[in-house]
Amino acid sequence: MVSSNTNAEISKSPPSLVPGGRFLIVAKKVFSANGVYFNQALLNTFIVGISIAVAQVLLSAIAGFAFAKLNFKGRKFLILFVIGTMMLPSQLGIIPLFMLVKNLRMIDSLLGLIVPALVTAFGVFWMRQIIDAQIPNELLEAASIDGASVPRIFRSIVLPIVRQSGFVLALFAFLAAWNDYLWPTIILQSPKHFTLQVALTQLKPMYGLDYGLQMGGAFLATAPLLILFIFVGRRLVSGVMDGAVKG
Amino acid sequence: MSILTEREKRSKAPLSPWKNKNPNRKVKKAKVIPGVASLNGRWGYLYVAPFVTMFLIFGLAPVIYSVFISFYHWDPLGGSTFNGINNFITLVHDSDFWLAIRNTFSIWALSTFPQMVMAIGLAAILRNSRLKGKSFWRTIFLVPNITSVIAITIVFGQLFGRDFGIINDIIGMFGLHHIDFIENVFAAHVQIATMITWRWIGYNTLIFLASMLAIPEELYESASVDGATKWQQFRFVTLPSLKNTITFVLIVGTIGGLQVFAEPQQLASDGGSSHQFLTLTLFLYNQAFVNNKYGYAAAIGIMITFIVLIISLINFLVTRKLANDGTR
Repeated sequence: MVSSNTNAEISKSPPSLVPGGRFLIVAKKVFSANGVYFNQALLNTFIVGISIAVAQVLLSAIAGFAFAKLNFKGRKFLILFVIGTMMLPSQLGIIPLFMLVKNLRMIDSLLGLIVPALVTAFGVFWMRQIIDAQIPNELLEAASIDGASVPRIFRSIVLPIVRQSGFVLALFAFLAAWNDYLWPTIILQSPKHFTLQVALTQLKPMYGLDYGLQMGGAFLATAPLLILFIFVGRRLVSGVMDGAVKG
Repeated sequence: MSILTEREKRSKAPLSPWKNKNPNRKVKKAKVIPGVASLNGRWGYLYVAPFVTMFLIFGLAPVIYSVFISFYHWDPLGGSTFNGINNFITLVHDSDFWLAIRNTFSIWALSTFPQMVMAIGLAAILRNSRLKGKSFWRTIFLVPNITSVIAITIVFGQLFGRDFGIINDIIGMFGLHHIDFIENVFAAHVQIATMITWRWIGYNTLIFLASMLAIPEELYESASVDGATKWQQFRFVTLPSLKNTITFVLIVGTIGGLQVFAEPQQLASDGGSSHQFLTLTLFLYNQAFVNNKYGYAAAIGIMITFIVLIISLINFLVTRKLANDGTR
């Protein structure tokens, strides 16, 4: 929001608070900036964000369902174990993760961003809580007495019920992927593979004080999220607030 | 005297729901819900397999390997040799490490405590039932949280500029000297703390609002029957009920505070002229990916983890003690 107010006009003192008439020119400059592939970065970020969001929701729902409703040996241990590791800061494993991704030849590619983020302990824990809270055991008992198999129950009963909550999880995953900076800046090397956040840092003025370019870039990198937010903002709010009461 | 003690008893009365709630919560967390008996449990293995496999490879294995690496002199170009605990010894003698700890905690404190007070205040305002446009305000509050760190750093970096930044323009209007928010250590930390606060205050406000809305209305009613003012209601009904949430926000804030990286890296990738921007994560990043000292950087990662665990433990003990002592 601030970026939309201050772009292009920032070098004036005091800066004007309405988007200047130069905005379109700045936008053009951002997309054609030398050595920065801004529209490619936009596409890359979308690909990464959507892949991560879809995979995380599906895998979390499947595992969350098993953790909430299926009796198998070691379930309790696994749940506690997963919750325990959620406390560890992400920097702890980042160097070996880099070496691993390098050995898998996924350095400097979007796969290196997507694959390690396919599952998260948080996502599984979250879906487990949702499935436990929203689906009564009796419903599943009844379905299994009627002869429905476990995959059938998951597809026809569990998935439709948790669709709404799954969507919220997908949104959070998408936003996190969109705004992530540390990991992309570690593994991406060539500008063609950059995500928006890394591309943004490349817009730094080399000489002089052309802050308009970077400001415009910041705005353009945020605008898609703001548009998305108009449609899903309320759901995100309820997602945050529901999580707060349960947590 | 008797009136005084009477009062004190009354003021403590609203505490009881929180006290009761606490053991319930613990039970809830430790409890593992029994599954559906008539479903074949063996499907469970298949269903958790993708998650467990990926989690072991990309989540757990790197963490364990990190401990291993930290005992080595590990150079991706020059190979590795066993180094015992030398990385850790070098680390505690490295002045940059202590500077990074100082900077991280300074930024953490500057961004956590003012933010918490403001977030609770804002939540109390949003809680007001006469407030119009509830869902509009709630939604607006979440907007800063979805904007990226880099975009925020770019914009705030401008606002805090030494010569042309708005903030210094305002300071100048009062006839004061411009502040250098880059070179002045404390001002630099304030700048980063402001960015963090901007990004998280709305989110935390919603968290506090959610737990305020969960406080039963009867508590306020009986408090006002007893003649409690609005402030007393806030002090003796609202605040005690927020203790769990405060702990939660503190722990999440601490983990987040130890991960501050993008803001300082954008303002000064080497940490700044007097290393005023060198946070622990920036220190780790530079050792690993600029200086190629993997073993050393892994040791930093382990120290960060210890700090997180110690702070979480302190947090836990303090809140538990506060819960037992009452509102003081």
